[in-house]
Amino acid sequence: MSSAGAPAANGVAAARAAVGENDLAPAPGAAPLRRMVAAQAVFDARGLLRNGEQLLLTLIIPVLLLTGFSEASVLNLGNGSRVDFLTPGIIALAVMSTAFASQAIATGFERRYGVLKRLGATPLSRSGLVAARTVTMLVIEMLQLAVIAAVAFGIGWRPHGGWGAAATVPLLVLAGTAAFSGLALLMAGTLRAEATLAAANLVYLMLLGLGGVIFPLSKFPPGMRGLLGLLPISALSGGLRSVLQHGTGLPWRDLAILAVWAVGGVVLAARTFHWD
Amino acid sequence: MGARDWHPWLVSRLACVSVPAVEITGLAKRYGSVSAVDGLTLRAGSREVTALLGPNGAGKTTTVEICEGYRRPDAGTVRVLGLDPVRDARKLRPKVGVMLQSGGIPPAARPREYLHLMASFHARPADPAALLDRLGLTSTGRTPVRRLSGGQQQRLSLAAAMIGRPELLFLDEPTAGLDPQARHATWELIAELRAVGVSVVLTTHLMDEAERLADRVAIIDHGRLVAAGTPASLTGGQQQLRLRARPGLDLSGLLSVLPTGSRASESPAGNYVIDAGEEAGGTSELLAAIAGWCRAHQVRTDDLRLASRTLEDVFLELTGRELRR
Repeated sequence: MSSAGAPAANGVAAARAAVGENDLAPAPGAAPLRRMVAAQAVFDARGLLRNGEQLLLTLIIPVLLLTGFSEASVLNLGNGSRVDFLTPGIIALAVMSTAFASQAIATGFERRYGVLKRLGATPLSRSGLVAARTVTMLVIEMLQLAVIAAVAFGIGWRPHGGWGAAATVPLLVLAGTAAFSGLALLMAGTLRAEATLAAANLVYLMLLGLGGVIFPLSKFPPGMRGLLGLLPISALSGGLRSVLQHGTGLPWRDLAILAVWAVGGVVLAARTFHWD
Repeated sequence: MGARDWHPWLVSRLACVSVPAVEITGLAKRYGSVSAVDGLTLRAGSREVTALLGPNGAGKTTTVEICEGYRRPDAGTVRVLGLDPVRDARKLRPKVGVMLQSGGIPPAARPREYLHLMASFHARPADPAALLDRLGLTSTGRTPVRRLSGGQQQRLSLAAAMIGRPELLFLDEPTAGLDPQARHATWELIAELRAVGVSVVLTTHLMDEAERLADRVAIIDHGRLVAAGTPASLTGGQQQLRLRARPGLDLSGLLSVLPTGSRASESPAGNYVIDAGEEAGGTSELLAAIAGWCRAHQVRTDDLRLASRTLEDVFLELTGRELRR
């Protein structure tokens, strides 16, 4: 019984001494929510950063596309600097990689390996887990943005929008993250892990091609253009582009489109998600 | 000093004494047209090891997963530490340690990191390093889980179940796939947990595991309880003697020197089984009586063996000998 109250009372040294005897006598209790969420977020972030395939998806592909298409004139990207056009699209792609593809694949396999089921038996609540995952994603996205911005500046990016962009860009990124997360969890919570893997990659490639990431929407026929503009990736890349390339204020239309996707996706995912 | 000021450890101990670890009444669970659990009534005592024993598909895992709050029962009531596993999940989760039958650990995780994560969910966890050491996992602390052997993964899963220092542990086939050394180490650990006051509910189909570890055994078949009791009460505590001698011994003559209620039979010829009656005294008296009778009648015995009915005998008697799916 010596160790039941000791760690809190006498600090780390006492805790070490007590558990050094490998005391397994019952002393149940949940940790504070903040500590649980932080521990899960650190664990997840470490796992993602160590995973080669995930890094390829979230960092290497966006950076390669940015540098490759900025240098080569294979595409007619309209007037203005190539890198100014491409960078907002690549930022949108990075958000989609993390919040959609990477999250869908990781969650699908976690379901399959019983990881989510096992976490369900711990004091970490489901909302705590969602909070931890959100923190992890935002940390990864900040890393992505830092790397992409550094590379883009290196090849002559001149962002517009002034200080206003410092508020609107995070807002768009948050809305995009929510929209893509809803879709990712909808997929991962209902399909088998292998089907999620295949479908997430397919959807990722389609949205990359059709969502104004590197090919401008204006290149598509007018009838299709309106429809494609409603995709979450088009709203995110378009919104980021109007702020960072054209220096506009908050692009309400794009934000509204992302919000609708976010609410729809999250509500549907919450209703259909299977934890095991 | 009011009750409110009591040490939390003491309060939890006092609560343990009165409330059974698990109390199941009339539990039923169907999956489509298949009935997994069918009117099960069961009680697992506080600070005891209770073994759920049964063939594959008997409903053991379904029962345990209902207790863990993973599934809702179709009928009946389940109380775990006096609480409802679904409604009171939030209160119950910190008190209950869970080891799933398989999986649960991210394959890319390292054992040390994983155990630290599980520890950080609890207020007063055990020391992850000490537990890894105890389970022989120290040298694999940085190896990705997917590269561990099945037995090592199993032990890590066991460590994760007990890291939060729960009052009650649910272990679904804790020694499945372990080699004899690891199995014995696990048994020792479970015995130690029981000694420090943890209640343990485990499923197994290893008879020696149940016989060795459990205070009480519940034999389940087709989703129902078919027998329950201490291992000794289930095996009847009866002594049985087997001997080989020339065929056609005078069994009624032999029985006349044995305690009343004893039975003797010959099958096949030359092989005799003697069940000592309830009033049988010690083993030595029984052996002396038989040996004396054999000498008096010039019967030469080969292979005289004393045995007690095993849990396996009881199990096969109750659940039948035919193979299960």
